[in-house]
Amino acid sequence: MQWETVIGLEIHVQLATKTKIFSGASTAFGATPNTQACAVDLGLPGILPVVNEEAINMAIKFGLGIDAEINKVNVFERKNYFYPDLPKGYQTTQLEKPIVGAGHVDITLADGSTKSIRIHHAHLEEDAGKSLHEDFHGMSGIDLNRAGTPLIEIVTEPDIRNAEEAVAFAKKLHSIVTTLGICDGDMSQGSMRFDVNVSVRPKGQKEFGTRTETKNLNSFKFMEAAILKEVERQIDLIEDGGTVIQETRLYNGDTGEARSMRSKEEANDYRYFPCPDLLPVIIDDSCLEKLQAEMPEMPDAKKARFIADFGLSDYDAEILSADQATANYFEAATRASDDAKLSANWIMGELSKSLNQNSISITESPVTADMLGGLIKRIKDNTISGKIAKEVFEVLWQGECSTADEVIEKKGLKQVTDTGAIEAMIDEVLASNAQQVENYRAAPDDKRGKMIGFFVGQCMKASKGKANPGMVNQILKQKLDG
Amino acid sequence: MAIDASGVKKVAHLARLSIDDDAVEATAATISSILELVDRMQAVDTQGVEPLAHPLDAIQRLRPDEVTEENQREQLQSCAPAVEEGLFLVPRVIE
Amino acid sequence: MYDKTIAEQSRALANGEISSVELTQTYLDRIKQFDGDINSFITVTESLALKQAEAADKRRTAGNASAMTGIPVAHKDLFCTEGVKTSCGSKMLDNFVAPYESTVTGKFKDAGAVMLGKTNMDEFAMGSSNENSHYGPVKNPWDKSAIPGGSSGGSAAAVAALLAAGATGTDTGGSIRQPASHCGITGLKPTYGRVSRWGMVAYASSLDQAGPMTRSAEDAAIMLNTMAGFDNRDSTCLDREVPDYTATLNDSLEGLTIGLPKEYFTAGLDSEVEQQIQNAITEYEKLGAKVKEVSLPNAELCIPAYYVIAPAEASSNLSRFDGVRFGYRCEAPKDLMDLYIRSRSEGFGEEVKRRIIVGTYALSAGYYDAYYRKAQQIRRLIRDDFLNAFKECDVIMGPNAPTPAFDLGSMSNDPVAMYLSDIYTLSVNLAGLPGLSVPAGMANNRPVGLQVIGQHFDEARLLNIGHRFQQATDWHQKSPALV
Repeated sequence: MQWETVIGLEIHVQLATKTKIFSGASTAFGATPNTQACAVDLGLPGILPVVNEEAINMAIKFGLGIDAEINKVNVFERKNYFYPDLPKGYQTTQLEKPIVGAGHVDITLADGSTKSIRIHHAHLEEDAGKSLHEDFHGMSGIDLNRAGTPLIEIVTEPDIRNAEEAVAFAKKLHSIVTTLGICDGDMSQGSMRFDVNVSVRPKGQKEFGTRTETKNLNSFKFMEAAILKEVERQIDLIEDGGTVIQETRLYNGDTGEARSMRSKEEANDYRYFPCPDLLPVIIDDSCLEKLQAEMPEMPDAKKARFIADFGLSDYDAEILSADQATANYFEAATRASDDAKLSANWIMGELSKSLNQNSISITESPVTADMLGGLIKRIKDNTISGKIAKEVFEVLWQGECSTADEVIEKKGLKQVTDTGAIEAMIDEVLASNAQQVENYRAAPDDKRGKMIGFFVGQCMKASKGKANPGMVNQILKQKLDG
Repeated sequence: MAIDASGVKKVAHLARLSIDDDAVEATAATISSILELVDRMQAVDTQGVEPLAHPLDAIQRLRPDEVTEENQREQLQSCAPAVEEGLFLVPRVIE
Repeated sequence: MYDKTIAEQSRALANGEISSVELTQTYLDRIKQFDGDINSFITVTESLALKQAEAADKRRTAGNASAMTGIPVAHKDLFCTEGVKTSCGSKMLDNFVAPYESTVTGKFKDAGAVMLGKTNMDEFAMGSSNENSHYGPVKNPWDKSAIPGGSSGGSAAAVAALLAAGATGTDTGGSIRQPASHCGITGLKPTYGRVSRWGMVAYASSLDQAGPMTRSAEDAAIMLNTMAGFDNRDSTCLDREVPDYTATLNDSLEGLTIGLPKEYFTAGLDSEVEQQIQNAITEYEKLGAKVKEVSLPNAELCIPAYYVIAPAEASSNLSRFDGVRFGYRCEAPKDLMDLYIRSRSEGFGEEVKRRIIVGTYALSAGYYDAYYRKAQQIRRLIRDDFLNAFKECDVIMGPNAPTPAFDLGSMSNDPVAMYLSDIYTLSVNLAGLPGLSVPAGMANNRPVGLQVIGQHFDEARLLNIGHRFQQATDWHQKSPALV
């Protein structure tokens, strides 16, 4: 039997506001437990919520970023259930009138094909606290610092057909929210969390199969692994004569194991109703116009511009436009170097390698875009060779100097382009390798190409890499071929 | 709309309340009589009437995104039944 | 001096006839003497009160006193008061000392008022008789076999028994007006959004409103001057100018049109109560007012609508009482579910649990449209009825309750009968209107209050109407004989 996978995602994106959605407590990550949980966040008696304007603005920006309708009348509702990390006994969220209506996110796959994933809606809500399961004499400890952090929950249509598409979508969404500046995108801190709804059906069947929901996946890698594992589990189950039951599942990224979440088995009745402590949030046209004017260039537009203006390949443009920081770095480096292609190569090559090795982000790079641009400029004007440039980059990375010129000057790495000096050096190399010269001249034409490499290497070695390799090649050829 | 003993128990559980077994029937009867009272509104045609959230149809005011709350953990936890290392303690949470 | 109004006491304090410390001590002594029986206070804050009184006297000497400086008042025990227990009449909060101050009590503090203590109430403000308190029922000072009304029964009884110069109350479905009526005092429920709800433990958020309970309309105006105003911490509070409510108390009532809803004067109304209301209206005619019959066609629907909306909101508002962060927690919970169920079942009283169950049911899957949504639609019909009636009249008058205060225990086993007695007060909350109760006579030796319903933000006119009546009558000056 041929199986088709159907995937829908729900993504919780923490908005990068300074304060909670309903209180003036800080949202900064990593504080001592409960030091950023004020009376509102703790749900103490008599305490009332007031809506954070920036949370509304950020949600609207997301809507504008995915071509969605923005609902002008927004109602906050209470979703009632008891859980220790939910202090009020209800989560304030949106149901009937979510702030962002239907939209779409377009993804590019490895084979270059594109696909549009429909967004059903996105709504605003508050995050819950955390239960810490370390052993407090058999008890759990509750930290409510995260409670009340603004979230948008983005719900896709079941348009995704495999793990690759899911990951491409997730990465694109990451790119959109970071470009918009509405989320720090730090998945290790839970800034973006994915719930994955997976079902399988025989290929060609119209009806969906029974789906399971795997909750709280916080890396692209885990999401991919969890999907692959769940798809396999469902197919095995059905092929063995079993049936998939609708359930919530938990995937452990460290062990790669998944299991059913028993605590969610009990049927819930959330008793949604409009929160009487909050009034409808009305979004008027002037607010929309103001936010529209503040919208940054979105990744798709940026990619198109990189291709059109800089002549980048589709692949390079996709990578360099994926996140705002990389795109900004690329554009700054290009401005400084006046060479987009070399800038692209260096960013995706040497720079990205060094960033990965040191596990730091591009914004933390010790080699700034201006520094890299300055370096590329010296490659372009033949002051240094590409090989020497790598050396210069390394020095810049170590922080010993602040410009490429300073490194070249200090280390005397300036390329030798004086014909006389190069000729003299070549003569010396040929003289001390007479046997190889003889062999070369005796060899047929088609072998010579390979053999000349030896002499080039010797010359570069003699010049400590500073001789212009093009000139060395050319003069060598003249002298050897006579 | 009347509610029976098992219905009352179910609803009570949703609200995390227990009702003693010997009181369930009486509770169901009382709740049923209240539901009968409120069911009087079913006779009214309200089609097309917008539900009223605020008597003056007021709209939400928005708050600037500025930190106004300082750490007050000690005071806020002074009325908590069980706290350790700044955490509220509850019987083990099983996921 | 304890039998004088706030206005009179304020003048006496200003003239140096008495100090706030003396006045406060007088009330504290009276509380000791009489409240054991009446049970109007849950907490008496004796030393704090005397300290505040001292500070108030100093402030007067320094020359920056307000009308409330040095006046001893009591607060309903659902206003959070920093450092002083706030119980809401519930075992659930018997150990709760808020680390913050409600906006209302904070304003009285700022004005230099003295807090004598926190008054008894129906648990979480749910009740019309003050019999639903963890701290025992409050007795009506006029007749101790009668209920004082609820839920602000403690505040009403304390003011009626001259145990406080004035008190705060809250009114979700009549909880200021009905006990004021039953105890022969003046009580004002302001327009929804006039007074901040911040720090007031919520019963039904879209209906709750705080107001003054006093011995005269003039006193209510003085207290409202302190209480009213915008608060950016309450999203439902409205940013409207606060007039000086005492400035217009003496305005003429010549040409005032009083609407009498025909639906209010029907078979359900006790004939003695009706007679007192008619007498009061005759008095108003003498003061130059005209009377006109109006109609509130959906009046009776206020009961079903209220008893869906209020319990529904309450069921959610009271979910935070879970034994985790504050309040009552059961002994040795065996697991999380046990913690929730036992803490809540042991901590809440019967009426609270009943309303939580009704509210939970009304919001549960499949019933939302038929109950909560329907009730909110009817709420609009009820409000629109009032707006239409106000096209023909300036204010609406009627009773607060169908009967005078009933006997303690006589209805406690019949919640539906008790709910039905709220018929005249509920719709005012549903419509968000201001409502005033002023003493207007006696029926069966128990006080009867006249209810005056105004248009949104028309508190000044209501107080003017109450004050002119009190200039012409002396019902508000009568006090029960205490032994």
